Amino acid sequence: MNNIKANRLKDQIFKFWGIACTLLGLVLLAIFIGSILIDGLQRIDWDFITSLPSRKAERAGIYTALMGSVWVLVLTTIIALPLGIAAAIYLEEYARKGKLSSLLEVNISNLAGVPSIIYGLLGLEIFVRILEMGSSVLAGSFTLALLILPIVIVSTREAIKAVPQSVRDGSFALGASKWQTVARQLLPASFGGILTGVILALSRAVGETAPLIVIGALTYVPFAPESPMDEFSVLPIQIFNWISRPQEGFEVNAAAAIIILLLITFLMNGIAVFFRNKWQKKLG
Amino acid sequence: MKKILFTSAMAFLMFACGNNKKDSSGSGISIDGSSTVYPVTEAIAEEYRNEDSEVDVTIGVSGTGGGFQKFGRGDIDIANASRSIKEDEKAIAAENNIKFIELEVAYDGLAVIAHPENDWLDCITVEELKTIWEPAAQGKIKRWNQIRSEWPDEEIHLYGPGVASGTFDYFTEAINGKSGSSRGDYTASEDDNVLVQGVSGDKYGLGFFGLAYYAENSNKLKLVGVDGGEGCVEPTAETVSNGSYAPLSRPLFVYVNSSSIQNNPKVIDFMEFYLEEVPSLLKDVGYVPLTEEEYKRERKKFSNFVEQNKAE
Repeated sequence: MNNIKANRLKDQIFKFWGIACTLLGLVLLAIFIGSILIDGLQRIDWDFITSLPSRKAERAGIYTALMGSVWVLVLTTIIALPLGIAAAIYLEEYARKGKLSSLLEVNISNLAGVPSIIYGLLGLEIFVRILEMGSSVLAGSFTLALLILPIVIVSTREAIKAVPQSVRDGSFALGASKWQTVARQLLPASFGGILTGVILALSRAVGETAPLIVIGALTYVPFAPESPMDEFSVLPIQIFNWISRPQEGFEVNAAAAIIILLLITFLMNGIAVFFRNKWQKKLG
Repeated sequence: MKKILFTSAMAFLMFACGNNKKDSSGSGISIDGSSTVYPVTEAIAEEYRNEDSEVDVTIGVSGTGGGFQKFGRGDIDIANASRSIKEDEKAIAAENNIKFIELEVAYDGLAVIAHPENDWLDCITVEELKTIWEPAAQGKIKRWNQIRSEWPDEEIHLYGPGVASGTFDYFTEAINGKSGSSRGDYTASEDDNVLVQGVSGDKYGLGFFGLAYYAENSNKLKLVGVDGGEGCVEPTAETVSNGSYAPLSRPLFVYVNSSSIQNNPKVIDFMEFYLEEVPSLLKDVGYVPLTEEEYKRERKKFSNFVEQNKAE
């Protein structure tokens, strides 16, 4: 009897402990977002989005940094998506399971944990200097694509792995080749999961500052990029610059720019959720 | 699905192959370097757009050292710097056949700051600052009364910029005699706003940072005068610019590459505009202008440099 009571008590205690842990994270996040909103919301208007950087906080805007972020995001997607998905398909469906593939597997997971500034140094040497891309949008996008490639590969593999073996067996039994099975069965079935992974990886890329500063992304750019070879700035660099300025108005600007950055991230996560639901229903 | 993959692969190939290197020099002006000088140059670039909107001026913030690295390789036209160029940086520039000119554009004062309720500290001598901040003070100088016996028997809490900052380099050189030599047991941040918050919330705190950060937060902080041997001087626009606030006022520089002057007349135009307009723009960014005499000297220096390089 006593034993049962004690166990129930432990159960209750653990439950409340769990609730407390959950709340701690959520409350802190809510306070953070709340204070950012209070500081920055009144600063956001059309002028703020379409103006160039300025020494006067109330005149300064994020236009070039925002356009830079959008360019980098689009190019990074275009570079990382095909590479990551193809690598994941190879590892999951084609590669023979053995020492080599498990070595690859461990290393890809490790790469996902490498500090982003290391990717910046790699990008500076390979893309900016050896391939002579300069401090361009393209060099920045390649660098960020490398950065998120491990995440894309890992999450794509997970998504493909989640497709039941019976689907593969069925396809092969009907005489389909491996490529046909991958293209017509596995990819459509796992596409929602793949996309979720890709978009979460991109959400990380859009917030990166360090590797872009290392490859030479600028802080003051009076024009939006017009080609992948143009120089650029991105939102996080602009935010960082504003936060370290003495005049109080820049702090408000930084908060407003953070809201825009958060909106982009939320939007992207929303798209991920939407696609996941859509594709999962299709499969069912 | 196949279509998506196919289009993205095609687009990828197009981007990867289709864009051959574009000449990035052109009529643009590229600037990089110190984050301290950045706001000044940004203000000039902003105003210069009204003069000549055809010229794209871009400014990066890689720090003074990072800026000189690029400058020495010839990657940029102008370097922002919060200290003079070092010998090894000069050597690299010489190796790459880069000639340049150093121009002073403004003064920055370092302010020594205490909490507004601190009623015992109005003025501090350079020796006392050294007692507090020298490497030997680490772990030893912990209480206010260790510095001057009439000060309270309370713990002293120190705030200052981190080692990667030019402000730290300057302060340690001016006070401790050697750039970078300092005690390590203090609250350090590269972001001066964090230091402002630290000192303003700590009655027994003492810190130092750029004068502009004091000016924006003067209601939360107490400015401490510094005695460099000739009596107590508080940093103001006047004392910083006439040099009487010593040793904690420093000049800010820009460096111009001579080949940029030969190849891009817009660089000359931009620098003339810079030296003409900078005194009136400095108030907005919180720095102190040089005297009119000194600006004349710098303008003269620059026009001689231009003559020289054009003649070649």
